[in-house]
Amino acid sequence: MNAQASLIFKLVALAVLACVPLSGESFYVELISKMLVMAIFAMSLDLLVGFTGLVSFGHAAYFGIAAYAAALLSPKYDAGNLWLLLPGAVGLSALAAFVIGLFVLRTKGIYFIMVTLAFAQMAYFVFHDTPVGGGSDGIYLNVKPSAAIGGWEPFDLGNGTHQYYFILALMVLVYLLLRRVLQSPFGRVLVGIKSNEHRMQSMGYLTYRYKLGAFTLAGALGGVAGFLYAVLFGFVTPELLSWHESGNVLLMVILGGMGNLVGAVVGAFAFEGMRGVFESWTEHWQLLMGGVIVALVLFLPGGLSSLPGRIRRALQGGEAK
Amino acid sequence: MDFATFLIQTLNALQYGLLLFLVASGLTLVFGIMGIINLAHGSFYMIGAYLAFVLTSATGSLVLAIVLGIPLALLFGAFLEWLLFSHLYKRDHLEQVLLTYGLILVFEELRSLLVGNDVHGVNIPAFLDASIRLTEVMTYPVYRLAVSAVCVVLAVALYFVIQRTRLGMMIRAGNDDRTMVEALGININMIYRVVFALGVALAALAGMLAAPMSSVFPNMGSQVLIISFVIVVIGGIGSVWGALVAALIVGFADTFGKVLLPEISGMIVYLVMAVVLLWRPEGILKKG
Repeated sequence: MNAQASLIFKLVALAVLACVPLSGESFYVELISKMLVMAIFAMSLDLLVGFTGLVSFGHAAYFGIAAYAAALLSPKYDAGNLWLLLPGAVGLSALAAFVIGLFVLRTKGIYFIMVTLAFAQMAYFVFHDTPVGGGSDGIYLNVKPSAAIGGWEPFDLGNGTHQYYFILALMVLVYLLLRRVLQSPFGRVLVGIKSNEHRMQSMGYLTYRYKLGAFTLAGALGGVAGFLYAVLFGFVTPELLSWHESGNVLLMVILGGMGNLVGAVVGAFAFEGMRGVFESWTEHWQLLMGGVIVALVLFLPGGLSSLPGRIRRALQGGEAK
Repeated sequence: MDFATFLIQTLNALQYGLLLFLVASGLTLVFGIMGIINLAHGSFYMIGAYLAFVLTSATGSLVLAIVLGIPLALLFGAFLEWLLFSHLYKRDHLEQVLLTYGLILVFEELRSLLVGNDVHGVNIPAFLDASIRLTEVMTYPVYRLAVSAVCVVLAVALYFVIQRTRLGMMIRAGNDDRTMVEALGININMIYRVVFALGVALAALAGMLAAPMSSVFPNMGSQVLIISFVIVVIGGIGSVWGALVAALIVGFADTFGKVLLPEISGMIVYLVMAVVLLWRPEGILKKG
């Protein structure tokens, strides 16, 4: 896709997303709110997997930590202050990612996959086995945070439409932030690490620090998604940190095609969309989901975002080569 | 902890560790030799346990079920390798993760369609349904000892096959250098099929042996899967002996963790893994 077509695609997609609440169907508004949250989550992981070459199989930990922080830091029967809770929850996720990153970034390849999983499992058991967050039953976020600044309230998260636009705005912000980061010298170093870490080291870059920076940023942005998830559903369980969630978000990134922020968003929408459609057809929806995933891997290497290029090549026939 | 309790826990830890070894040995072979990350390996354990349930109900004997189940598992493994996994060797690790994750969903749903979502018990064979008295009040079930014994026999057999037979030589060679093995005129694809089928059968056997102890329940595969990956990584990828050592470490850490530190018992295994990998980033017995 050339730059112009890509820009038009993004603007049209954004316009369509902005029109969703006009339909007035609260079911779709909530469904797409969830997709947007997952899109933020997938983009944050793509920074690691697709751009830095770090395959984290424990990314749900940072999602879950921020979700728990949202529930635990809120007053029990009163609305918390959004402008304190959001940075607080995201900060905790970033801190957790920084500390865990200090350790896990010492390993490489498949071992990195497994150690990130190990730390995420530990975080899972902290919430599952101890009474910190209600144990395996989870915990409620009874009252959604209030966006009031002084006496002025710009929007109300209790209102589904306001909440939708807040999430959409944050998704666009996260996208722009990541795009900016990837264009910066820091981002170029990350891409360099993915293609050849030794060369980056021999050029004098302390790659460990760059990777730690990326890991912390990805954890923080995963935390943004986790916070929004807690606000959206008002309920947090240890399952949010489970390896299934880490696997699902990895799937979204791979489905969309790695190393492509829009791809991550497409992957998140495709994954949640498929799940929604299949669930409405049959209670055995996982059979269809699994079958589609297997077929995608066998017949469509490169993910969904490779489709436009494939179709174009197919239309042009053999002349492209 | 008095001596009898200690003895019982030690036996439990051994039995648990050895059973995990059966699952993990297949996983580490497939991982090390074929370079495939197989998330669906836990499903083979689940399938084994359900096979034990279905065949025991049909034949009335767990022993008969195992005798029938092992060839079925071997065939199933060879079939899967031919249908799906043989297309994955040259693919990225991530695509393998994706495909095998999809397979987990398929297997779990097929299980739910065919056998349902209820928890089932499987009877212990009558001749093993006894207990040994350790003290006045404490006894130990013979079946668990028998399971440990079967696992030890299998571990020795595996050692013999891999170290002393022509097939084992080819497997080890395939682990070191695929291209060279092919150049020597060995049909590496056949080796892969055999190794994969063997891994499936070992995991299924572990499931069959575990069925009477843990009962048979949905998602039993995913618990075992993650623990098996932990073992493979602690032991060093591709090393069967590393897997044995790691499986015993995990068995002891988990069993004694539950007794001594019940509050954090869920975390202990992962804590051990994190510590081992920070100490030796490529596992305990990673080959040079």
